[in-house]
Amino acid sequence: MDINEYIDSGILELYVYGALTEKESEEVSNVLLQHSEVEKEVEEIEDALNKLAISTAPYNPEALLASIKLKLGNKPENGRVMPIEGTRVDRSSRIIMYISLAACLALLVGVFSLLNKNNDLRKSIQVVEAEKAAMEGDIVAAREDLSETKELLSVFRDKNITKVPLAGQEVAPEAYVQVFWDKENDRTYIDAAGLPEPPAGKVYQVWSLTLNPLTPTSLGLLENFDQDENKVFMLNNPNDSQAFGITLEPAGGSETPTMEQLYTLGVVKADA
Amino acid sequence: MQPDDLILRLQKKDEKAFERLYELYSESIFGVINTILRDKASSEEVLQDVFIKVWDNAESYSVKKGRFFTWLLNIARNAAIDKTRSKAYKNQRKNLTQDYFVDILENKSSFSSKIDAIGIKKYIDILEPICKKVIDLLFFKGFTQKEASEELNMPLGTIKTRNRICINKLREILVE
Repeated sequence: MDINEYIDSGILELYVYGALTEKESEEVSNVLLQHSEVEKEVEEIEDALNKLAISTAPYNPEALLASIKLKLGNKPENGRVMPIEGTRVDRSSRIIMYISLAACLALLVGVFSLLNKNNDLRKSIQVVEAEKAAMEGDIVAAREDLSETKELLSVFRDKNITKVPLAGQEVAPEAYVQVFWDKENDRTYIDAAGLPEPPAGKVYQVWSLTLNPLTPTSLGLLENFDQDENKVFMLNNPNDSQAFGITLEPAGGSETPTMEQLYTLGVVKADA
Repeated sequence: MQPDDLILRLQKKDEKAFERLYELYSESIFGVINTILRDKASSEEVLQDVFIKVWDNAESYSVKKGRFFTWLLNIARNAAIDKTRSKAYKNQRKNLTQDYFVDILENKSSFSSKIDAIGIKKYIDILEPICKKVIDLLFFKGFTQKEASEELNMPLGTIKTRNRICINKLREILVE
């Protein structure tokens, strides 16, 4: 954002007036916290308006403060203590008073420490319960992971599934991908662990290719690549693919592959 | 500088902080109220109500939402506009002829020591009539951009930039 342009737009004046919506105001407050030159500008505008408004006051209303203060409610106590008149007490009753005072104090200390202990115990129960809930969550997640992994393993082992290795191309010689093509169920599993993370705003797109003439058909996108833990993606493939390719495309994918951004490519072996 | 420290203390019901903030803002807020009401006694009443509200509702102010000055302005303008709707006020103010803040300045004989009286007088002379109207509506009356554009028959986009030019002129004069 060009700060000078922002200042010149006149939005800051409206901000001080209170003529912006709540949301717009919050946005300006944010900008103000980040740019001291915006804050300075706002303060100068405010100062000018403050002076202009002062000039329209009938007089300086200092004198009204006293009557306003009388009407303020909900004031904190000043902590003033009312003095108690001293009374004379004889010696024995004074001793009794001290003893009972000490007993009272001891009792108070005892009750207090019990309350404290009770509180501590209650707190540790809460902690343990929270830990238990977190662990249960972990177990459920682990079970889900396990069943997912088992399913993948069965796919990888199935002899009816065609395996097509895709080798890294010019833009990414290090990249590699394994495609598992389940022709019976028209599905492909893409093991993309060998692809680098796509840059922001970009997404990998998988293509099914037929050769002679070369015709690409999009199989789909490898969405949420960075969040996918095992990097295995399932895409439907009803095509008679002769080869598979993966390109890097702008978010949302493209109609046709961007060949300069071809990451991996591999041909389906005829006998497989 | 916005006195954030005083505002924080006010939110904790510190009366000293309240007094300081009153000194800082009461006169301009009094001016805004007076521009709407045009009556000293009613303005005094409303000013007191406004600062009692400030004390009671201080926690509702947040730096994230906007300036403290703007928060005060909103309370003051709303309270003053409420007052104009009261029966007593209506009866009393039947012959209101003055239209905007410039009239107050023109008819004013004494100025507070806080501001440069000569500067303000000069400002009135120099400022174009359209500036006087724009500032009156947006600042003193609390109009939205859209309301001001309808009132002045001016395109919505022009209001913002025109107002900026007007405020810049005001600032130049005040700095001199």
